[in-house]
Amino acid sequence: MESVLALGGLVLLRDSVEWEGRSLLKALVKKSALCGEQVHILGCEVSEDEFREGFDSSINSRLIYHDLFRDPLSWSQTGEALPGGPLGALQAMCRTDPGPFTIALDSLSWLLLHLPCTAVCQELCALSHQHSRPGGSCPAEPVRVLGLLHEELHGPGPLGALSSLAQTEVTLSGAMGQASAHILLRRPRQRPAHQTQWFSIRPDFSLDLQGGPLLESQPHPDPHTPPVDPTAHVTFNLHLSKKEKEAKDSLTLPFQFSSEKQQVLLRPRPGQATSHIFYEPDAYDDLDQEDPDDDLDV
Amino acid sequence: MFPELNNLLNITPDRAEQGKLTLLCDAKTDGSFLVHHFLSFYLKANCKVCFVALIQSFSHYNIVGQKLGVSLTAARECGQLVFLEGLKSSVDVFFRAQAEPHPLQFLREADAGNLQPLYEFVREALKPVDDGQAAWRCPVLLVDDLSVLLSLGLGAVAVLDFIHYCRVAVCWERKGNIVALAHDSGDGEDKENDILLNGLSHQSHLILRAEGLATGFCRDVHGQLRILWRTPSQPTAQRDGSLTYQYKIQDKSVSFFAKGMSPAVL
Repeated sequence: MESVLALGGLVLLRDSVEWEGRSLLKALVKKSALCGEQVHILGCEVSEDEFREGFDSSINSRLIYHDLFRDPLSWSQTGEALPGGPLGALQAMCRTDPGPFTIALDSLSWLLLHLPCTAVCQELCALSHQHSRPGGSCPAEPVRVLGLLHEELHGPGPLGALSSLAQTEVTLSGAMGQASAHILLRRPRQRPAHQTQWFSIRPDFSLDLQGGPLLESQPHPDPHTPPVDPTAHVTFNLHLSKKEKEAKDSLTLPFQFSSEKQQVLLRPRPGQATSHIFYEPDAYDDLDQEDPDDDLDV
Repeated sequence: MFPELNNLLNITPDRAEQGKLTLLCDAKTDGSFLVHHFLSFYLKANCKVCFVALIQSFSHYNIVGQKLGVSLTAARECGQLVFLEGLKSSVDVFFRAQAEPHPLQFLREADAGNLQPLYEFVREALKPVDDGQAAWRCPVLLVDDLSVLLSLGLGAVAVLDFIHYCRVAVCWERKGNIVALAHDSGDGEDKENDILLNGLSHQSHLILRAEGLATGFCRDVHGQLRILWRTPSQPTAQRDGSLTYQYKIQDKSVSFFAKGMSPAVL
C-alpha cells in the first residue's frame, strides 16, 4: 500500500457498492497530509463535515475543502456554487498552491456523469503530467491526484480512458468481511506490476495492513525479482557424459524391429508345432446360407 | 410498521437515526411493504413527512396505513404529512397556466430537463415552521418510487441530482432522513435504471433489497431481504454488515426468519 502514493500522477480508486472506497481515500488523504503536503479536496458527494469527520485537527488544518456538495448545479441561487464549475476549481487549485500537493476527487464518477469524458480526461492529464507554472519560474512540482471512481456507474469507454491515464489503479474487493485492494502500478519504462493487499481501516483512518506484505498474482511476475533457473532442482538428469551417451546408444529399445527379432517371432516354438481350431456351432446359432452382403452392390 | 423489521435494523420510533439515506430496492418481487413500513414508522416517530407518491393513490396508502395503525388523513390534516399524489397532480400540470410552478413540471416540457421544481416542493414542504404548532421531530422525505421517473422521460443523472439536492436539504441541513424505492430489473438490459440504482446505492447509508426467491413462487416464503449497511464512519465494525433474511408477508405484519428456517418447513 506504500507504493500507491509513491508514484504520483493519477491514482484511481475503483470501488463498488459492497466495498466502498471513501474510507481508503480518506486514509490516503491522511497519509499525504502527514507527509506535510497540502491536500485539496473536490467534494461532490459528501458534505465537508462528513469528510473531515475522524481526522484530528492537525490533519484537518492541511485539508482545503472545495465544496461542490451543497450546490453543484446552482439550483439554490445562494452564491455558494464554485465559480467556473468543477474543472475551473481544479485549475484554480494549481494556480494558487505553490508547494507539492495532493488533489482528492470525491468523486470522479460525479464529474464523469455531469461533464464530457474528454473534458475530464484532458483536465486530469493536464494536472498530473505537466504541472508547470505559466510564469515558468519554479520547476514543476509533483501533483498527485486521487480519484474515487464508482465502477458500476460507467461503461467500458470512460473506464478504459481513465485507466490509461492512471499511474496507479487500486481496485477494491473483499471476501468474508475483509477488504482487499488489487494494486496495479505503472512505473515509467517498466512492465506493470500487480499486487494484492488485505487491509482494514481504523476509525482514525489509518491503514491496518494484514497478512504477508504482498500476494503476487501469478500471471504478472514482478520485473525486479531475478529469474529463477527452473533446471536447478529437477529430479532427473538433463545432461549426459560421453560414457553414458555411448551406453544409451548401444541399447536396443524394445520396440525396435530387427531381422533377428523377426526370425525369433516366425520360428515355430516346440510346444506349438501344429494347432487346430475346433468349432462347434451352438444350438441357437442362426446359420444363414445366404450371403448377408448379397444386396450390396459391390 | 413491522416490529420484526425494526429489530433487524436495530431502530425504534423513539430513537431513529438522523441524516441517513435509505434505499429500498426490489428485484423480481414487490417491495412496497417496505414503503408502508417506513411511512407508518416515521409517522409514529412524530416526524414531519413529505411523501412523494407517484405509484398509488392517497386512499391506497391510507388503507394500508390504517392496517398498520396510522391514519394518513389525520396526519395530513394536522400538517404532519405533506402528500404529493402523482397520479392526480400529473393531470393538473396540463390544465394550469404555464407560468405557475408545479412540482411535476417536467411532464410538460418537451425535453425533460431536471427535477428542480420537485426539489423546491420538497424543500418548501419540509421547511421548519414556527407557528406555535406541535414541533415535529426531524423531517423525512419518502419517495415511491424513483424508477417511474425514468419511465416518464427523465435521465438517471437528473434523478440522481434530485436526490443529491434532497440529501443536502433534508439529511445535511435539517438532519432528517430520506427513504426512496427503486426497482431493479435484474437483467442489466436497462442501462439507465442500472445507473440510477448504482448511483443511489453509492449515496445511501443503508440498502434494503427485497428479492424474489430464485426457486420461484412459494406460499410460505415470499422472498428474501438483504440488508447492507454502508456507513463509512464505522469501516471495520460493521464491515460484515450484509445480512439476508427470508420473509413472509401477513395481513398486518411481516415475519422474518433466517434462510431456510421458515416455520412451514421446520
